[in-house]
Amino acid sequence: MLDLEFMRLAFGAGIVVGVLAPAVGFFLVQRRLSLVGDGIGHVAFAGVALGYLLDLPLVLTALAVSVVGGLSIEWIRARRRTAGDQALALVFYTGIAGGVVLVSAAGALNVNLFQFLFGSILTVTRGDLAVIAALGACALALIALLYRPLVAVVVDEEGARVAGLPVALLNSLTVALAAVTIALSMRIVGILLIAALMVLPVIAASRIAWSLRSTILLAMGIGLGSVLTGITVAYYANLPPGATTVLVSAATVLVAETWSTLRG
Amino acid sequence: MPLALRFEHVSFSYGAGPPVLRDVDLEVERGEFIAIAGPNGGGKTTLVRLAVGLAEPTQGNVDVFTRRIAYLPQRAQAGIDAPLTVRELVTAGRASHARLLGPLASADREAVREAIERVGLRPQADRRLAALSGGQQQRAFIAKALAADPQLLVLDEPTTGVDVEAQDAIAGLLQHLRDELGMTVLYVSHEFGAVEQFVERLILVRGGIVFDGPPADLPGVWHDPSHLHA
Repeated sequence: MLDLEFMRLAFGAGIVVGVLAPAVGFFLVQRRLSLVGDGIGHVAFAGVALGYLLDLPLVLTALAVSVVGGLSIEWIRARRRTAGDQALALVFYTGIAGGVVLVSAAGALNVNLFQFLFGSILTVTRGDLAVIAALGACALALIALLYRPLVAVVVDEEGARVAGLPVALLNSLTVALAAVTIALSMRIVGILLIAALMVLPVIAASRIAWSLRSTILLAMGIGLGSVLTGITVAYYANLPPGATTVLVSAATVLVAETWSTLRG
Repeated sequence: MPLALRFEHVSFSYGAGPPVLRDVDLEVERGEFIAIAGPNGGGKTTLVRLAVGLAEPTQGNVDVFTRRIAYLPQRAQAGIDAPLTVRELVTAGRASHARLLGPLASADREAVREAIERVGLRPQADRRLAALSGGQQQRAFIAKALAADPQLLVLDEPTTGVDVEAQDAIAGLLQHLRDELGMTVLYVSHEFGAVEQFVERLILVRGGIVFDGPPADLPGVWHDPSHLHA
């Protein structure tokens, strides 16, 4: 399997995505914003469509539009004039509808959009891998550097605000990191499924972990294991890799839940 | 003594609703330990949320002259699903004091350890918060507030939902903290009987400040439980 270059590239990208998605998702899940990833994913589709229209690299247009969409969700939510789920719905549907209109305008409705919606390991190029590795490493380094203030905000947002932490900036950063993760992951898992990889490993880890730190580290391990297993199974069974990865991840939630129940 | 806090003609309403607080004037000196009591719905929590900057007055001005503020909200709980240890909770309280980037410095780790020791939770430091009793959890949240080395500590009904033994332990702890650390403390309670024994100044809030002075000077009529209902 590893004799094939496209598989080596897929595994390389998968390793970055498998570790990064749960690391970012940890902060979204703890803030009860698990579905934000889904909302940004739909916006990323508009970014892909924009790339087709302007004939620009699709990862970069998806990245730019995702970051703008993610920050818009956070801005609307933070103003509290609109409920969080309504803010999500607004961006969610605008993103997917905008994407369809832009793809149509680009005359690209006949291209295989499934590869972006649900991932395709055949589409990872060397250039993609370089971008994914570089941006993924930067995102992980940022999380490591800002781990303590990010945790302080998820544990007690009001307390952090009173204490003078830059809460709005840290929340915006979390959403921007989610947008980067989604744009980087669209080749492997797809923009409609990546949110699952940000959330499911965190849920599984929180059932078996003993502290916050162990939760995030276990979630990253589960995410990595899910991607590697998913791509391998998909290769040998001729299945879609994104969906297979998500199903492996969902299975870890069931196993962790069962283990947690039996442990009592 | 320099001021820690000043309210000038402060009024507050939620949206277009009726005012919760009307024309409040209040000065708090540094190092004072003040109990804020009054009926449910009387505006105690609104008063302290204005003091810590979580609400903006509809009219008037709130001036805070201290830099480090810690706030323990009513029925404090960590708003997360993942397991959280006492040490992790208290470390979160130190975040504003420590440098923003990178791992915790040794002086900050020492401050976290001290805060945990002050509330008597050293043996439970690495246990999950959810595995502790209600009183121990509340002490962990007080340690989180102390870890910030605050100049102004605001506690909103810290003994709500804990048993009588734990209430006494928390009251004793706060008395000790006041004597040892000399910080300014605002302690909210809906029942002034619980706090009047260990504070010099009691503020009774019912849509505004209806009493401000030593607990011993509180008119007898206010000890009548019927006054506890707004």
